[in-house]
Amino acid sequence: MKIAVTSKGKDMSAEVDSRFGRCSYFVIVDVDTEDYRAVENQNAFVSGGAGVGSAQFIVEQGVKAVVTGHVGPKALKTLEAAGVEVYTGASGTIKNALEQYKSGKLKAVSEATVSQHFGLNNKKGGSF
Amino acid sequence: MNRLIVSIASGKGGTGKTTVAANLVKALNNDITQAIDCDVEEPNLHLFLKPNIFEKQKVSVPIPEIDKNKCTYCKKCSEVCNFNAITVVSKEVIVFPELCHGCGACSLFCPEGAIKEVDREVGTIETGHVGKVEFVRGILNPGEVLAPAVISEAKARIEDKKNVIIDSPPGTSCPVIEAVKGTDFVLLVTEPTPFGLNDLKLAVAMCRKIGVPFGIVINRWGIGNNDVTKFAREEKISLLLKIPYKKEFARCYARGKCIVDEFPEWMGVFRKLWNDIREDVRK
Repeated sequence: MKIAVTSKGKDMSAEVDSRFGRCSYFVIVDVDTEDYRAVENQNAFVSGGAGVGSAQFIVEQGVKAVVTGHVGPKALKTLEAAGVEVYTGASGTIKNALEQYKSGKLKAVSEATVSQHFGLNNKKGGSF
Repeated sequence: MNRLIVSIASGKGGTGKTTVAANLVKALNNDITQAIDCDVEEPNLHLFLKPNIFEKQKVSVPIPEIDKNKCTYCKKCSEVCNFNAITVVSKEVIVFPELCHGCGACSLFCPEGAIKEVDREVGTIETGHVGKVEFVRGILNPGEVLAPAVISEAKARIEDKKNVIIDSPPGTSCPVIEAVKGTDFVLLVTEPTPFGLNDLKLAVAMCRKIGVPFGIVINRWGIGNNDVTKFAREEKISLLLKIPYKKEFARCYARGKCIVDEFPEWMGVFRKLWNDIREDVRK
C-alpha cells in the first residue's frame, strides 16, 4: 500500500512539510517495502486552489493515505471523495512520520485542521 | 470637446484616491459626468458624496453544473481549468464555486456536453445621483474574490459622451487593471514617503505596461521627503497637484466632507486639475 508524506526535501531524512497543498515535495512510500520516490509539488506556488490540485495529483498516484501536518477544507473534500485517508499531526523526518503512521500514533481526520489559505501564511510550516 | 474617462488609482492604499475622486466630482457637478466607485471590496466614495440610490442590480458569474447522467469522468474539465475550481476524483466531479473565475472553459471543452453554466451571485451594482452627477457603485459580496467581474459590470454603466471619474482599488493586481484599462488617463495619488514612492513606482510600471497615460497627485504634501517629486521629474511624469498635509483637511475627511465643501477656494483647484488632465491627454 502506498502513502504520501508531505515533505520539505526529497528523501527519508527530510523534514515533514506541515502544509498539504503547498508542500515542497510529496514522498510516496510503499508501506510494506519502504521503497519510496519523491515528487516535486507542481501546485506549491499556484495562485489559488493549491489544495485541490495537490489532492487530485495524490489521487492520481494511487495513494491510499496522506500523512501531513495540517489539511484544509477543499483538499480534504477532494481526498475524501476519492477515499484517500488523511492523517495529520505528523512531524520530524519522513522516516519518523512513517513510523508514527505505522504505529497508529496519527489520527485520521474527517474535518479540516486548518482553514483555507493556511499554507500561504505559514511558509515555514510548523506552529500556528 | 471630447469626453474624458479618468481613473484614480494608487499603488499604496490610503493615499487619498477617494478624496481626490470625491472632490473632482463635486468640483465638476454637471449632468455630463458619472462617478463610478470601482473599489468594490470596500467602496467608500458614497460616504463623501452621499448619493441618492434608486436602483440595485445583482452581478452574477457563471459556474459549472454537472449532468451526472452525461458525465464520463474523463477529467477534461479539470485539465482545462486554470484555477483548480473543478476536479474529478473516482466517480465524482467536485466544483469549488469560490475558486471559479467563470471563464467557461470547462463547459466549452466538455466532450459530452455534460456541463451547463448556472449563475452565481457575487455582488451588486447600485446606481443613483449626487447633485447633477450620476453615481454608480460596485459592491463585491464578502468572501468573494471575483472583484473584476463586479468592476466590469460597474464600468458597463459608462454612457456615451459623458465624462467619467472612476475610483479604483489600490494596488496593481487584476481588480486595478480592470478598473483603469480603457480609461483615457490614470491619476496616481501618492504620498511623499518611501512607502508612497515604492508603490507609486509599481503603479507607474503597470500604467506603462497597459499603455494608459497617467500623472501624479501628491497628497499630504509636507510630510516625508522630496523623493516622489524627484522621481516624477526624472521620469518626466506630470505632477498635477499637491494637496498639503493639513489638520483642517483631516478633520473634514473624518466628518465625511470634501475639501471643496469647507474650503470653496479648492473648487477652482480641482477644476484646474480636470482641465490639466484634459491638456495632458491632448498631448
